[in-house]
Amino acid sequence: MSTEPAAPPKPTRIAPIVTPDAKSFWEAADREQFVGQKCGDCGIFTFPPRPMCPHCHSLKRLEVPLSGRGTVHAWTVPRHPHPFGFKEAPVVAVIQLEEGTRMVSNVVGVAPEDMRMDMPVEVMFEDTMNKHKVPVFRPRSAA
Amino acid sequence: MSRTFKDAAIAGIGATEFSKESGRSELQLAAECSLAACEDAGVDPRDIDGMITFTIDNSDEIALGRCLGVRDLAHTARIPGGGAAAAATIYQAMALVNAGVCKNVLIWRAMNERSQYRFGQNPTNTGGYTAGHGTGSLLWCIPFGAMTPASWGALQGQRYMHTYGVTNRDLGYLSVQQRAYAATNPKAWFYNKPITIEDHQASKWIQEPTLRLLDCCQESDGGVAFLVTSLERARDLKQKPVKITGACQSIPYNVEVISNFYHDDLTIMPEAWGTAKRLYAQTGMKPSDMQAAMIYDAFTPQVFMQLEAFGFCGKGEAKDFIRGGHIALDGSLPINTHGGLLGEAYIHGMNSMAEGVRQVRGTSVNQVTRRKVDNVLVSSGMAGAILSAV
Repeated sequence: MSTEPAAPPKPTRIAPIVTPDAKSFWEAADREQFVGQKCGDCGIFTFPPRPMCPHCHSLKRLEVPLSGRGTVHAWTVPRHPHPFGFKEAPVVAVIQLEEGTRMVSNVVGVAPEDMRMDMPVEVMFEDTMNKHKVPVFRPRSAA
Repeated sequence: MSRTFKDAAIAGIGATEFSKESGRSELQLAAECSLAACEDAGVDPRDIDGMITFTIDNSDEIALGRCLGVRDLAHTARIPGGGAAAAATIYQAMALVNAGVCKNVLIWRAMNERSQYRFGQNPTNTGGYTAGHGTGSLLWCIPFGAMTPASWGALQGQRYMHTYGVTNRDLGYLSVQQRAYAATNPKAWFYNKPITIEDHQASKWIQEPTLRLLDCCQESDGGVAFLVTSLERARDLKQKPVKITGACQSIPYNVEVISNFYHDDLTIMPEAWGTAKRLYAQTGMKPSDMQAAMIYDAFTPQVFMQLEAFGFCGKGEAKDFIRGGHIALDGSLPINTHGGLLGEAYIHGMNSMAEGVRQVRGTSVNQVTRRKVDNVLVSSGMAGAILSAV
């Protein structure tokens, strides 16, 4: 019998679909950096990423680090059909980020029965197929 | 001939049977329901000069026109947004007739979304992203396991439910009423199959803890079509004309179709509020002018939020409105009297709009008789119309 440790299981999560306007977001995620799009002129945050600021119409996009902190604004556990790429049904959530934008992600490290609306969460990263990463969230203490 | 403003009317409706396996092509379903709408109206299909459908329909305009023998098409449109655009077809047909650029506008929707492919399953093609769906679901939900319309619908409804204390059981009373309507509608898939609230509560979770199986519309095979013409001409055709008194679309800032999580307040459906505001402004009408409503019910929470958006009850009051029997046939606002997308079939809102026409004509199997039906609201959230007796 081999004494070598077993290789970690290959990620089965579907890789993100990368469009030109969201390239920076996903490239940063691959480096385990959580960035948001901020207007280089008026400073508002936007999500999903877009080429023009809807407030002042500036084309100056800044990719800035976000705090990675947020709260659970809504959540669900997809029971049927079982989501492709997940061994167990994930907790899917709309995360309200501190910077004021929202995104859909997962809450990991918590059982569905312990999920609460508005629970504080913080970002971490998980691997996907094709060697990419996506931001997911875990519970954090409210302090 | 010079153009003048003309009132528009729905002169014909047509449908195939609703099933889980039609046994024929989607194009054939489209041709059959289109022909049925023309025959209902008494219009020669060759005289169709406008054709409208909405995205996620696989039948080609030219191919369908070629079936019907359409001689000289003046206008085609395929409206973005999937089912959210259902009532926008009425809006565009009305506008074409109003403007005097088309005389006979065909609206159609035909799909084998149960036998040929599954609408509620995980996506099979995540390779590409194309415009025209009005949703970022593929880009921003799929990698997180939110892969189905039910998953997006659950996230859309949950903040509303949390804020107003709406439970899954509360949702169930809507399903029970709609299935009661379907039970007496021979065209409904769930004809003769009413449910109890216990049946609803015993049905499996699709999206825990928000949506059970009986909160979700069906997957159906079938087709529905409309023939829209001028009110003046409709008066001379076979059926009692159903006037399109008003119709509009509304897509407020940062709203998208179903994966609709980015606008300011997730306890409301801003697109339905926008549709209501525009529709009431356009017609001078108010909620109490409606004797029935056909409201897009892909998932039960959407109906609650639309009832509030259209002002049939206050914010957070839909659960008491529904529980209190207002949506029953003897209530103040019967809704989805054919059984809805939950009970009759899921033809993406088109079959519900056809029921709106039947209520105005007085020919529904669940006809509202408590009051004379003068006006019926039809809503697909991002679009709506008021259909009226003349």
